[in-house]
Amino acid sequence: MPDTLTKFIFGRLTLESLPLHEPIVVATFVAVALGGIALLGAITYFKLWTYLWREWFTSVDHKKIGIMYMVLGLVMLLRGFSDAIMMRLQQAIAFNGSEGYLNSHHYDQIFTAHGVIMIFFVAMPFVTGLMNFVVPLQIGARDVSFPFLNSFSFWMTVGGAILVMASLFVGEFARTGWLAYPPLSGIGYSPDVGVDYYIWALQVAGVGTTLSGINLICTIIKMRAPGMTMMRMPVFTWTSLCTNVLIVASFPVLTAVLSLLALDRYVGTNFFTNDFGGNPMMYVNLIWIWGHPEVYILILPLFGVFSEVTSTFSGKRLFGYTSMVYATVVITILSYLVWLHHFFTMGSGASVNSFFGITTMIISIPTGAKIFNWLFTMYRGRIRFELPMMWTLAFMLTFVVGGMTGVLLAVPPADFVLHNSLFLIAHFHNVIIGGVLFGLFAGIAYWWPKAFGFKLDPFWGKVSFWCWVVGFWFAFMPLYILGLMGVTRRMRVFDDPSLQIWFVIAAFGAVLIACGIAAFLIQIFVSIRRREALADPTGDPWDGRTLEWSTSSPPPAYNFAFTPVIRDNDAWWEMKQASYIRPLAGFKPIHMPSNTGTGIILAAFSVALGFGLIWYIWWLAALSFVCLIATAIGHTFNYHRDFHIPAAEVSQTEKTRTTLLAAQG
Amino acid sequence: MTSTAITADTEPVFHLEEEHAHAEGGSTMLGFWLYLMSDCLIFAMLFAAYGVLGGNYAAGPAPKDLFDLDLVAVNTAMLLFSSITYGFAMLTMDKGRVAATQAWLAVTMLFGLAFLSIELYEFAHMIHEGATPQRSAFLSSFFTLVGTHGLHVTFGIVWMVTLMIQVARYGLIEANRRRLMCLSMFWHFLDVVWIGVFTFVYLMGMLR
Repeated sequence: MPDTLTKFIFGRLTLESLPLHEPIVVATFVAVALGGIALLGAITYFKLWTYLWREWFTSVDHKKIGIMYMVLGLVMLLRGFSDAIMMRLQQAIAFNGSEGYLNSHHYDQIFTAHGVIMIFFVAMPFVTGLMNFVVPLQIGARDVSFPFLNSFSFWMTVGGAILVMASLFVGEFARTGWLAYPPLSGIGYSPDVGVDYYIWALQVAGVGTTLSGINLICTIIKMRAPGMTMMRMPVFTWTSLCTNVLIVASFPVLTAVLSLLALDRYVGTNFFTNDFGGNPMMYVNLIWIWGHPEVYILILPLFGVFSEVTSTFSGKRLFGYTSMVYATVVITILSYLVWLHHFFTMGSGASVNSFFGITTMIISIPTGAKIFNWLFTMYRGRIRFELPMMWTLAFMLTFVVGGMTGVLLAVPPADFVLHNSLFLIAHFHNVIIGGVLFGLFAGIAYWWPKAFGFKLDPFWGKVSFWCWVVGFWFAFMPLYILGLMGVTRRMRVFDDPSLQIWFVIAAFGAVLIACGIAAFLIQIFVSIRRREALADPTGDPWDGRTLEWSTSSPPPAYNFAFTPVIRDNDAWWEMKQASYIRPLAGFKPIHMPSNTGTGIILAAFSVALGFGLIWYIWWLAALSFVCLIATAIGHTFNYHRDFHIPAAEVSQTEKTRTTLLAAQG
Repeated sequence: MTSTAITADTEPVFHLEEEHAHAEGGSTMLGFWLYLMSDCLIFAMLFAAYGVLGGNYAAGPAPKDLFDLDLVAVNTAMLLFSSITYGFAMLTMDKGRVAATQAWLAVTMLFGLAFLSIELYEFAHMIHEGATPQRSAFLSSFFTLVGTHGLHVTFGIVWMVTLMIQVARYGLIEANRRRLMCLSMFWHFLDVVWIGVFTFVYLMGMLR
C-alpha cells in the first residue's frame, strides 16, 4: 500500500532518478547549488526581492522585458557552451582505444542539450529580447500592443528553460539529437523522461514564442508613429516584422508535431511508429516545416542589426533600402519552400530533390543582394571601426563562407555524401555563429548605451571579438575537412588516429571561444565599474539615424514625452539635419499599462504542469492545469490595467534630461 | 488627435502636441486574427497528418465500418445552428440589449453542448467497438483531429460562460463587446474547421 501511495505522489520520480552516479553532474550540481545559494543569499541580504518583484518580474515595460530576455540568453549561453566544450574535449581525446571521459549515456544527452539550448534558449531569447527592446523605440511607440502578453511570453520562455535545466539534475535529458526523430524518440526506444523533458520544455517555451510573435506583429502594424509608412520603417523593424510573421506561421507547426509525438508516447497512438500504419518520416517532414523557417527567424533580425550598424558607422543612408526590404520579404517566403533539403537522403526521388535543391540555391540570391547593399553602404562612407562595426565586418567575411558551403549542400548528389557529416555541422555553425551570434554581439554593443546609459568598454570588447572570431575559425574549419573525409556527427569515440589532430585543433578553437565569452563577461563587469567614464548623457552616442537615439539613455518609462512625427526613413537623422528643438513644456499625462504578476504566476503553473506530465505525477499535472485556467480566467476580471503618469512627473523627468544635455554644451 | 498635415511650406512638425492615444484595444482584432491563423495552422497540420495516415487502417476498421453519417449530420447541424445563434447574440449586442444577448449566448452554449455530447457518444461507441486511437494510424489521426476540434469547442464554452458572467456583472461595456467579438470570431472559425472535418474526414471517408 505505501508503495502505491509513493507512486501516486511521486509518479516515476524516485531517488534513483537523481544522477548521483555521474560524478561530473554531481560536481556541476554542487557548483550550481553553491552559486545559486550565494546569489539568493545576496539578493536577500541586500533586500532586493521587493525591488526585483516590483520593478522587473512583474514589469510589462517592453524595455525591461527585453533586457530580461537578454539575461536569460546569456545565462543559457554559458550552459550551452559548457556542453560544447565538453564535446570538443571528449572528441579530442577519445582515440587509440581511449573511451574519453564521457560515457555514451551522458554524451548523447550533452549533444542533444547543446542543440536544444543554443537554438531555443540562447538564440531565441537573444533575438526576441533585442526586438522587444528596440522595435517600440524605433517606431516611436510607448510599449508593445499587448504589454501583459509580453510579460507572459517572457516568463513562459523562462519556464521552458527551467525545465531543461531541471533535467540536468532530476532525471535526464533526451538522447536523441536536438530534433528528437522517432522512432528513436518514441516510447519504445526512449522510455525514460529525457524526451518528455524535451517535449514539455519546448511546448511551454513555444507558447511564449508564438504569442510574442503575434504581439510584435500587431505592434509594428498598429503602433507606428504618425508619418511612418511601411517603406519608412527602419530596416531592423522590417526584419523584425518578417521574423515575427515567420514565428506565427511556423511555431504552431512545432506545437502540433510535438503534440503528436507526445500522444504517441503518452496515449500509445501510432503517428510516428513503425507499425499499425505510423510513418516516422512524417515527423521529419513536419518538424522541418517549422525548422527551416526557424533558421530565418534567427538570422533575419540580425540582418536588420547589420543594416543599422553599417549605415550608422559609415555615416551614410543605407544603400538600397527598397531592395533590402524586398530581399527580406523574399527570404521570408522562400524559407517555406526548402524544408526537404534537410533530408534529401529520405529518397523522395530526383524531381522532388531537384525542386528543393533549386529553391535552396535561389535563397542565396536575396541574401547575396543584402551583402552587396552593405558593401555599397560602406563604399565611400566615413567608416568608424567601433565594436559593432567590427562584428559586422567579421560577419560579412564569415557568413559568406557559411553561405557558400550551404549552396554546396543544396546540391542533392553532394548532400548524399555530406548528409549528417561534420561538414554539415561546420556549415550551420558557420552561419549561426558567424551570422546570429556575431550579429547579437554587434547589436548588444550598439544598443547597450541606449539600455543602460553607458557604453561598453571597448578594450575588453576587442579582446572578446578577436578571441571569438579567431576561435571560430580554429573550431570549425577542421570540421569541414573532417566532414569531407566522411566523419559523421554525434560520434563519441574514433578508430582512425590520423583524424585526431583535427579534433585537437577544433578543441583549441573552442578554448579560444571560451576566452571570448570570458572577455565578454569581463567587459560587462568592467563597463559597469567604469560607467561614469563611459556614460552617454546625450542619448545619441553613435550619431545615430533612427528614432531610438532621439530619446534619453536609458529611455524614460514612457519612451517619448510627445509622439514623434516621421518624415524620413532615417527619422532622427533628418530631425538633426533640420535643427530639431526638443520641446521643454506643455507635457501631458501619459497613459501607460500597469504592472502585473499574472504572467510569472501562469508560467510557474505551466512549469508545474510540465513537471507533473514528465514524471507521471498526475495529481500535480491536474492541479496545476486547473490553477492555470483559473488564474487566466481570474485575470480577465481585472478591467483596470492602466494608469496615467502625471504631467508633473513627465515634466520632472524631461527637466533632468534638459539639465544633462545642457551640461554637454 | 491633431491633424498631422506634413507639407513643405509649413513649419516642420516633429512631434504631436496632443496625447496620441492608441485606441484602447485597437490592436486586439488584428492580434486575435493572427492567433486564429496560428491555430488554423495547427489544424492544417492535423489535416495533413490525416491526409497522410487516413488510409492506414492496419487491418483494422475503416471509415465505412465506423461512421454513422446520420449522426454526423445532426452533429453538424448543432454546430451550424450555434453559429447562427451566436450571430443573433452579436446583433442584439449591437443594439445594447443585455438580456437578449445573454439569452442567445445561452442558446449557443446549449447547441455547443449538444454537439459535444453527440461527439462524445460517437467516440464512446467507436472505442466500445474496439476502434481505439491506438488501433491504427488512421484512428490515431481521426481521434486527434476531431478531438482537437472538440477541445476547442469545450474551451469556447468555458470562455462563453466567463463572458456571460462578465456581461452580467459589468454590462455591455466596450471591453466586453470586444471580448464577445473575439469569441464570435473563434466560434465561427471552429465552424469553418468543422466543415473541413465533415467534408474531408466523414464524407470523403465514406467514399474511400
